[in-house]
Amino acid sequence: MFLWFHKLGSPPHFYRIAGKWIPWLNWMFLVLLVAGLYGGLVLAPPDYQQGESYRIIFVHVPAAWMSLFIYVAMAVCGAIIIIWRMKLAEIVLISSAPIGASFTFLALVTGSLWGKPMWGTYWVWDARLTSELILLFLYLGVIGLHNAIDDKRTAARAVAILALVGVVNIPIIHYSVEWWHSLHQGATVTKFDKPSIHWSMLLPLLLMALAFQVYYVLALFHRCRAEILRRERNSKWIEEL
Amino acid sequence: MADFFQMGGYAMFVWPSYGLVALGLWLNWYLPRKQHETELRQLRRRVKAEKK
Repeated sequence: MFLWFHKLGSPPHFYRIAGKWIPWLNWMFLVLLVAGLYGGLVLAPPDYQQGESYRIIFVHVPAAWMSLFIYVAMAVCGAIIIIWRMKLAEIVLISSAPIGASFTFLALVTGSLWGKPMWGTYWVWDARLTSELILLFLYLGVIGLHNAIDDKRTAARAVAILALVGVVNIPIIHYSVEWWHSLHQGATVTKFDKPSIHWSMLLPLLLMALAFQVYYVLALFHRCRAEILRRERNSKWIEEL
Repeated sequence: MADFFQMGGYAMFVWPSYGLVALGLWLNWYLPRKQHETELRQLRRRVKAEKK
């Protein structure tokens, strides 16, 4: 088990494994995406209050979930970097940042496009929206800090600390709708009693969330492969490619 | 079909949302692939130059 972990942690090995997985991930993502879109845009009925506008939920909520998930994944990498100085964790952390930033941006923009017809405004300085905006700045901070330090190993440690400190924002975002009076609606799916959403809407939502999850791994693998090549330019194994 | 695209009058909010998400996903897929290819091309060129 430990040997396997050690082997997976080596960049050349990961590079090859990721290359093998990519075609499978492509298919998984496409199937989930088509099923989710069909369920969400065609099969699901309109909402009794919001009409057709609620269909933004099928991209907004998965994007927002991913923005949180990817940040937590980065913080986990951060811990691994600080404790074990594992090279692969450095690569995964920094490769995740642009993907996470994109999802955060998309969650904000789609939320704003949903807010205009429903709340009558694109933006309010509300707890949920503001904390999500801070998350975007954290992602940008990670990317900026990493670019500012030339030595990649030092940069990775600095970024690891930032990722770990920033993780306090994640529960704040999640509970912001309960702790403060917010315009944003409360959780409908991730709560302990039954989700307050009909299965005909819940199922496509979960399919889209799963599709985005697979997409993250796919995009991450692409980014990691490019990053590994850049870093290992001078190593022996690369000449075989 | 026209009803579908009108989204009950919310077309100007629903479709840009989907469009932007599609663009965001595409960019995060396309750019690293391109970078990977550039990197590979450079490596191959260098290996070739060293062999000469």
